[in-house]
Amino acid sequence: MNDSNLSDTRITRCFANLAKQNRKAFVAFLTGGDPDYQTSKQLVSGLPAAGVDLIEIGMPFSDPMADGPSIQVSSQRALRNGMTLVKTLDLVREFRKTDDATPIVLMGYYNPIYRYGAHHFVQECAEIGVDGLIIVDLPPEEDKELCEPALTAGLHWVRLVTPSTDDDRIDAVLHNVSGFVYYISVLGVTGTRRAMADHIEVAVSRLRKYTSLPIAVGFGIKTPEHAKAVAEHADGIVVGSAIVDMVKANLDESGKPNAELVDRVHDFVRDIAKGVENA
Amino acid sequence: MVPLNSNINSETDSFRSGPDETGHFGIYGGRFVAETLMPLILNVEKAYRAASNDPEFQSEFDYYAEHYIGRPSPLYHAARLSEHLGGPKIYFKRDELNHTGAHKINNTLGQILLARRMKKTRIIAETGAGQHGVATATVCALFDLPCVVYMGETDIERQAPNVFRMKLLGAEVIPVTSGTGTLKDAMNEALRDWVANVDTTFYIIGTVAGPHPYPEMVRNFQSVIGNETREQILEAENRLPDCLVACIGGGSNAMGLFHPFLDHPDIQIIGVEAAGLGIETGKHAASITGGQPGVLHGNRTYLLQTDDGQIIDAHSISAGLDYPGIGPEHSWLHESGRVSYVSVTDQEALEAFQLCCQTEGIIPALEPAHALAHVMKISKQFDPSQILVMNMCGRGDKDVFSVAEALGTKL
Ligand SMILES: Cc1ncc(COP(=O)(O)O)c(C=O)c1O
Repeated sequence: MNDSNLSDTRITRCFANLAKQNRKAFVAFLTGGDPDYQTSKQLVSGLPAAGVDLIEIGMPFSDPMADGPSIQVSSQRALRNGMTLVKTLDLVREFRKTDDATPIVLMGYYNPIYRYGAHHFVQECAEIGVDGLIIVDLPPEEDKELCEPALTAGLHWVRLVTPSTDDDRIDAVLHNVSGFVYYISVLGVTGTRRAMADHIEVAVSRLRKYTSLPIAVGFGIKTPEHAKAVAEHADGIVVGSAIVDMVKANLDESGKPNAELVDRVHDFVRDIAKGVENA
Repeated sequence: MVPLNSNINSETDSFRSGPDETGHFGIYGGRFVAETLMPLILNVEKAYRAASNDPEFQSEFDYYAEHYIGRPSPLYHAARLSEHLGGPKIYFKRDELNHTGAHKINNTLGQILLARRMKKTRIIAETGAGQHGVATATVCALFDLPCVVYMGETDIERQAPNVFRMKLLGAEVIPVTSGTGTLKDAMNEALRDWVANVDTTFYIIGTVAGPHPYPEMVRNFQSVIGNETREQILEAENRLPDCLVACIGGGSNAMGLFHPFLDHPDIQIIGVEAAGLGIETGKHAASITGGQPGVLHGNRTYLLQTDDGQIIDAHSISAGLDYPGIGPEHSWLHESGRVSYVSVTDQEALEAFQLCCQTEGIIPALEPAHALAHVMKISKQFDPSQILVMNMCGRGDKDVFSVAEALGTKL
């Protein structure tokens, strides 16, 4: 696959700029449409000012088999309030009206995209300013489905590398990957176990033998201190479940957001950003 | 009459050659799983290939099939029912007589023998009706392996006897509240467990679904049903049947019966899905009749889903048919036209359930009662010189409570 069209993108510029300043990337995950479309729009639009370098938007799916309880229930909140794949794309479109620099990666499961039409989807993503895709249930064995169309459309394909990815598989897993590599620091679903910094150091240096791409590490990072400790061994960190939990903590019993939700989530994100900055 | 030599052997014309080496039946099947699981699934495939070529594995399977499960199960001529319906000569393949009361144990036996070969020390499973959970807990007790069964909260309520059985057998039953708390969510939860415990754990999937090689592997373990049927019908009638009918949840009992016969083009083959309250009500479990192709639980297949690709909950009076998908090989057999897929409502299944009790003295599970309801519908299309085999894949002990409730009887 010729990916020369992917050598100068929002994602490559983002990591290059950070590297020049000797800084680590803070990647923040939010479920699109959680808890509702309008609140989600405010949440996403405030992330860059709160110190986020790259935004990951989850496309809600009814059966998120690789996610832990936090992201499962956030997807359900979004779906219950009418979120769809079409509206997730709208969310990106609206964000891009005021921010043309912050990279956006969409993360999710294949079925809604398959129903929408894979080719139609990647073309629309490229047009509206999505920079990359992370599709959890599409391993390299299924690259023809969406990865190859996405690369042709000019989108980065970001794959998860896990502690179970052995030497036999690593080349296949890194094939077609660009933008950055997302290392999952623990075996398991999102948000559950806490990764140990020394494991991450070993794993990241092993990965560096196979790729020159920036490496972001995620799964289970919940505090500024933990963010700092992990960022010291990688090019960036990803925080998702902890942010989504802040959304949940600011909902009333009927699931309506309280008046402080947006500010509180952004404050929490800002704290994590400080942790990353000190790395 | 179907000639004995009607087997199609050339590879291109065979309906039995799937899946290809990437696990696809046409466009269906595949390996749509998270990267964490990929190395594991490749290992399962490798171990399964090695086991399939090892005569010792087969003889171990045969030993327990005979002495523990009680195979072969009889092929029984349901004479009174045949006469009552006035159509074909109806045979029941009596997998309801298996140890634990359903076909499910054919598969759990095969998989646990494989898990042992792979030196796995912990077994997990999903269950809906509880039959697969019981069959898994049973072989785990037999081989002294710890067993964790994921079961939707809703199903735990309506299948209380099976929950207790699993516990008696030493399994830990974990209620699943995520999503809608049914079989599909139990499967999600089992996959989540597996992702977190890849080194120690073997996931015994209960039907011909999941990522490659599960659909193929489960089909092959269940093919003992069709292989025996073939031998038994030749013995009894000196010819092959004209028609095969089986119910479909995920489709394992059906694949097991159908597969050895797929290349006999003169045999009519029919899979019966659950139409619940009626396809038009949206409250059903008929993935082929009322769904579209999509990707879930590791494979591409027909699914009940919204236009946005969100999975819709299935509905059926029979908890074992209550799954919003179907094994990928069935999707392919549907599109290729080899097998017809029809559906039967809760009400029709209840009527068949009662007829079976009264004419044959067999209390069927609600799942095969669906197959029987379709046999009742089509019997007039056959004459008494023709032979129909229906898979009686489970007994109804587990269902007497829900049937009583549906019939308005207080126990
Ligand atoms: C008796 C019986 N029949 C059928 C099924 C449905 O499964 P499958 O379609 O895989 O045979 C079940 C599932 O629990 C069952 O218990």
